[in-house]
Amino acid sequence: MEEIDEIVQEFLVESHENLDQLDRDLVALEREPGSRDLLGSIFRTIHTIKGTSGFLAFGNLESVTHVGENLLARLRDGKLSMTPLTTDVLLAMVDTVRELLASIEDTGAEGDVDVTDVVARITAVLDGTAAEPAPTPITELIPDPEPEPVLEAEPVEVAAPVDEPAPVAPPTPPAAAPQAAGRAAAESTDEGTARRNVADSSIRVDVELLDTLMRLVGELVLTRNQIVRQAGDQDGLDLMRSAQRLNLIATELQEGVMKTRMQPIDHLWSKLPRVVRDLGAACGKNVTLAMVGRETELDRSLLESVKDPLTHLVRNAVDHGLETPEGRRAAGKPAEGVLTLRAYHEGGQVVVEVCDDGAGIDADRIAEKALASGVRTSAQLAQMSSADILQLIFLPGFSTAQSVTNVSGRGVGMDVVKTNIESIGGTIEVESVMGRGTTCRLRIPLTLAIVPALTVECAGDRYAIPQVSLLELVALDADRAASAVEDVNGASVYRLRGALLPLVRLTDVLGVESERSDGHVLIAVLQAEGKRFGLVIDRVLNTEEIVVKPLTSRLKSLGTYSGATILGDGRVALILDVQALARRALTAEALERGAGESTAKEQRSSGEHLRMLVAGIGGGRRVAIPLSSVTRLENVAASSVEVVGSREVVQYRGAILPLLRLDRHLGTMSERAGDDLVVVVYSAGSRSVAIVVDEIIDIVDEETEVHSDIDDHGLVGSTLIRDRIVEVLDVRAAILAADPKFYSDPEVDLDVRNELQEAV
Amino acid sequence: MSTRMVTFTLDGHLYGVDVGAVQEVLRGQTRTRIPLSPRTLAGLINLRGQVLSAIDLRALLDMPARAVDTEPMLVVIRVAGEPIALLVDTIGSVVDVDVDQFEPPPDTLAGVSRDLLLGAYKLDDQLLLALDVDRAVAA
Repeated sequence: MEEIDEIVQEFLVESHENLDQLDRDLVALEREPGSRDLLGSIFRTIHTIKGTSGFLAFGNLESVTHVGENLLARLRDGKLSMTPLTTDVLLAMVDTVRELLASIEDTGAEGDVDVTDVVARITAVLDGTAAEPAPTPITELIPDPEPEPVLEAEPVEVAAPVDEPAPVAPPTPPAAAPQAAGRAAAESTDEGTARRNVADSSIRVDVELLDTLMRLVGELVLTRNQIVRQAGDQDGLDLMRSAQRLNLIATELQEGVMKTRMQPIDHLWSKLPRVVRDLGAACGKNVTLAMVGRETELDRSLLESVKDPLTHLVRNAVDHGLETPEGRRAAGKPAEGVLTLRAYHEGGQVVVEVCDDGAGIDADRIAEKALASGVRTSAQLAQMSSADILQLIFLPGFSTAQSVTNVSGRGVGMDVVKTNIESIGGTIEVESVMGRGTTCRLRIPLTLAIVPALTVECAGDRYAIPQVSLLELVALDADRAASAVEDVNGASVYRLRGALLPLVRLTDVLGVESERSDGHVLIAVLQAEGKRFGLVIDRVLNTEEIVVKPLTSRLKSLGTYSGATILGDGRVALILDVQALARRALTAEALERGAGESTAKEQRSSGEHLRMLVAGIGGGRRVAIPLSSVTRLENVAASSVEVVGSREVVQYRGAILPLLRLDRHLGTMSERAGDDLVVVVYSAGSRSVAIVVDEIIDIVDEETEVHSDIDDHGLVGSTLIRDRIVEVLDVRAAILAADPKFYSDPEVDLDVRNELQEAV
Repeated sequence: MSTRMVTFTLDGHLYGVDVGAVQEVLRGQTRTRIPLSPRTLAGLINLRGQVLSAIDLRALLDMPARAVDTEPMLVVIRVAGEPIALLVDTIGSVVDVDVDQFEPPPDTLAGVSRDLLLGAYKLDDQLLLALDVDRAVAA
């Protein structure tokens, strides 16, 4: 059945439903032969099947339904009246349609079901040639389950092949049922249990019911969080076990229900070839549309919200992105432009890319325009990378500026696209290479209802920050905070690996008083609007999955919160709208930052030092791992480690990470007791591995001087960090031990090599 | 023609809302404050997994703030199908009032309360002020 494509599947499901209705209608029609309603309903059903079968090139099906439709049209218009004979041929038609559908379902084609007889019978009725001999025998026969007499009684002057196999045109409905059953039975014996009727294996469910289920699952997840927390506070082993079990089941249920709402993105994409074709024709451009990853699924409510932005991006790409055939030839490219849509899952998000191989966007022109329209000063622009400048096309100021559209070819309504995508918690970015093309990349959450978030405390209140925008956390004790948090003309900044990170105090944004007086500073490094900034908070509490509850429009209009959630203890926490915070806090701050940036650059060039994560691996040994590729430090339950083949893996945020036990890799023995593992998640490109260590000791940024004189397996050398000898891990070898394919992507390979060269 | 009202007090005055609009009455709910929100929004509460906004009627009606040591009661009403909580001082009872007892607000009444009050029912011993819930919630 795999070879039947989706449209045919849908057609089958729909037709099966329609045919059941048709049977009922036909029987009812017999009782009230004049009913226009019933006739109309039957006509519509047959008409639908006819239309679709014509479209799908099922010729036999089309010819049967076509004559059937003609007959029904006459009946409906009162040109013919219902007689038992007409009922009979109509039922025969329905049965033939059923046969054809069954054949299509089995083989994907109409097979050798013969339709000429039925067509002939209907034609006969239509022509009136069937009227005379028919009535007498048929009236007797309607209640009679025996099929044979009808065949004899038929006025089949036109139909040549009377010797066809009996089941093809079963004349009465009572006969059809056992046949269908027989067919089903034959199927199941023939082909085992694997086969099920398309209509039987899928059902239509009201979307509202799914939404209700989703909401209930959300509640269950909340209650689960509460129970798990409470169980953790108590000693009862049984309670703990039940809580863990509940935890597992709730997680699986959540996934299951979420899956019911998932639809392949192809539902959206299927409409785009037409859009591209029409627009291409209108603009005089030849465009090939390539689609990669059309089976990528996302929540149907999100699918709806992505529809317009995506269509807009595609139109934009065809209209402005791709050059005319002449222009392309002049640029030495094939005359036909290629528009590629790509969708894939990455890190709990769906990424959708719209790429064209057109002329690209000229960042200089964008910068000129930004300067002319006053959205950025020349000093600011001088500090921006060209990638950052490209993102300016998403500014509202750029949307209506006709001149930019003419010059750079892009920008119409991009702010609207951005707003739409952000309203569903997604992000958008644009990349472009002059002469090579442009890529717009949308990152969309898998679902809106449940998101992973970091819960933090500020002035005694708790807030949730969606993980999507969270890059990392930085904790500074009072001593370090005093020197590390610097001041640029009144704006606080922190040097994060050499670059200045503007700091925004959540207490200032919210106009509340911090309760933290010990001088410690906690910074959540966030990314929004293509910029990084540090949000200073009082405390970090937890990472958890939160169920997003909508806020009233009045609260949303405050521009600070994107929703609310209920935490494990039943209290309500507000979800911070990171995009809005960035917009509010950064426009003011980014202006002031201009002056400070140059000093930052100088500092960066004068002392390029590398940050190392120092971890204990047992046996008193310490290992340093370059921090730049470490994406996260986590504790995972030892029980969550599973074995795939000969490797250990662990599930992490919806992905499977190969696990590397550093103690074993470096030939020592872990000394860590307890049932959880300390894991360093190391990523490059889209691949990640989990490195298990005993403990995280420190993060240092030192002028590392590696003495590469140790010729030991798995190490590149040793260094002195805080007066202790620390071994520097050969990350590449370690990663390859866990995931031999890790560096199969050539770009990643290069990155890591450079990084290692820096390290050594 | 009589109407049934749920009554509550605010700063010593008796107020009432139509019984049909009231979903339930609660006490002792933890409220999550909403920084930057208008003063009349007293926070968010968790009502069996649903997040509701709570409106401080005292703030809305320009009354002095409640004493710190008193715990307000919550009247959960439904406006246009959406539940919302009203913060009140104490809960009274359910009373039947007659249209005959009703009078629109006196012409001397000005300010916010004029917009938020439908009028007064003259009870035997005091006045029952009928709150316009739709406006109270929209304000």
